[in-house]
Amino acid sequence: MNRVILELRDIQIKRGGMQIIDLPSLSIEAGEFLSLIGPNGTGKSTLLLALSCLLKPARGHLLFHGREIRNNQSVIDYRRHVAMVFQEPLLFDTTVFDNVASGLKIRGITQKERSPLVEEYLERFGISHLAQRSARKLSGGEAQRTSLARAFATRPEVIFLDEPFSSLDPPTKEGLINDLDRILKETKTTALMATHDQSEALRLSERIAVMKEGKIIQIGTPAQVMNHPADEFVASFVGVETILNGTVKENREGTIVLDIGGHAIEAVGEFRPGTGVTCCIRPEHITLARFSTDTGSSARNAVTGKIGAIRSMGLFYKIQLDCGFDLVAYITRTSLEELCLKKDDEVIALFKATAVHIIRTTG
Amino acid sequence: MDLILAGIKQAFILITTLDPEVLGITLLSLKISGTATLISLFIGVSTGTVVALTRFPGRRFLVSLINTGMGLPPVVVGLFVTIFLWRNGPLGFLEILYTPTAIIIAQTIIATPIVTGISLAAMQQLPQNLRLQILALGANRIQMIWILIREAKLPLLAAVMAGFGGVISEVGASIMVGGNIKGYSRVLTTATVMESGRGNFDIAIALSIILLLLAYIINLVLTQIQQRERPR
Repeated sequence: MNRVILELRDIQIKRGGMQIIDLPSLSIEAGEFLSLIGPNGTGKSTLLLALSCLLKPARGHLLFHGREIRNNQSVIDYRRHVAMVFQEPLLFDTTVFDNVASGLKIRGITQKERSPLVEEYLERFGISHLAQRSARKLSGGEAQRTSLARAFATRPEVIFLDEPFSSLDPPTKEGLINDLDRILKETKTTALMATHDQSEALRLSERIAVMKEGKIIQIGTPAQVMNHPADEFVASFVGVETILNGTVKENREGTIVLDIGGHAIEAVGEFRPGTGVTCCIRPEHITLARFSTDTGSSARNAVTGKIGAIRSMGLFYKIQLDCGFDLVAYITRTSLEELCLKKDDEVIALFKATAVHIIRTTG
Repeated sequence: MDLILAGIKQAFILITTLDPEVLGITLLSLKISGTATLISLFIGVSTGTVVALTRFPGRRFLVSLINTGMGLPPVVVGLFVTIFLWRNGPLGFLEILYTPTAIIIAQTIIATPIVTGISLAAMQQLPQNLRLQILALGANRIQMIWILIREAKLPLLAAVMAGFGGVISEVGASIMVGGNIKGYSRVLTTATVMESGRGNFDIAIALSIILLLLAYIINLVLTQIQQRERPR
């Protein structure tokens, strides 16, 4: 258990007389990555503003390293220990180098001490070659990298990210997420990200908090939130994927065999045996069969499980299976009737090696 | 037609030979209007910034007043400044009516709303979250305002140009409070009015060319600013 770096107690935020945030408590551990997910307009950004002391809550307490942030001086001190990156890069009308240096300049750090730090973070974000370019002449991805480098150059203990990838195109976004993940690990920075994109949250987070109408309705590891959504809202928002933790047992040139809850599951990837991985399987990629001879498909994985629950989702049914690990499958009404599935029945879940999507390695 | 051609020819001679009278009038104009613009810059940028960054009751009314002030008729300003500085007026004891100082006061009153209005718009055009981003970078209030002014420097330069352009070409107030006294309070516009009234078209055209040149330079700089790319 890590120590708590940031703690919120009894936070209430009002706007125009309406309560928009109501949060009894939230603790953030040093070094963790916590994502706030939820639909737009649910208060994620507002909560980040309150956490970074850019917005004063109607009531509540914010504790940093156990000490409460109260008066103006402690607010500025606190802001100099954290950083914030917005959806828009919000760069200053100067060079990339001077932009990255700006946080340090505000802190009164001399030019001699600033330069090596600025160069280090330009390098880390892969924008050294743009150092002397005007911030007005950057692409969307380059601008957001500059904005992130500016935030990281102040070596914050906690970084707040408000939809940092939302305005980027998919390939740019991919590259930046990978770099951010690496830099966060290298610098051991605690991070809080608001996003409406659950896949971003899955890629980066140790914990996910699902927000609805100004409240956190579920908080937990990606596996907990995805596999055991607290209610219908969470389930529909996160899109119900099966999240599994396992270890790589074998690597056979592109195909790997994972050990998940005692089952050998084939997947696609290049990982050394012994690597811990988190993977997900989308429910629509799983087919169910009564007998193993029914397969007739190219599915490489067959797991026997017992039906825990059958729930109607409108056009299809959601089947919860207990296979030693939790598995969620979608089937159509026709299949359900053909297979005569009932609760507690034993069935075989079939899915291809390519359906097993490795989200990240766990070391 | 000959009149115009002869006038233009004479005007070029006056300008190229640096005629002492034309030169004197031009320099005095630049000095008076420059000073008035500088004073309005201090008042206007700070007022504009404060109004842009704060919310208070009556703010809308104040903004509408500023916008109205941007089109203040110089003659009206001239009239009120004259009344105030009149020998037995409220500020008559200063005895500055018909002096360059009186022109500076009148031109400052004309330029200040222009500079304030454009500064206000310039500060409001900055992205909403920029202020938060600067604070998040650890800035205190003074650092934040300074960075914001620097970020809006180009539109603020436009404010200066517009203010200067407004007062250098203004004639009504200058003639009313300055009196167009030769070698003392005679500026480009008042001299042009007088010389053309007398039929001295050569000097009038020379003065007009100088005015046009100033107007051109101002607009050139403004266009350059407007056509620049917006930062991301």
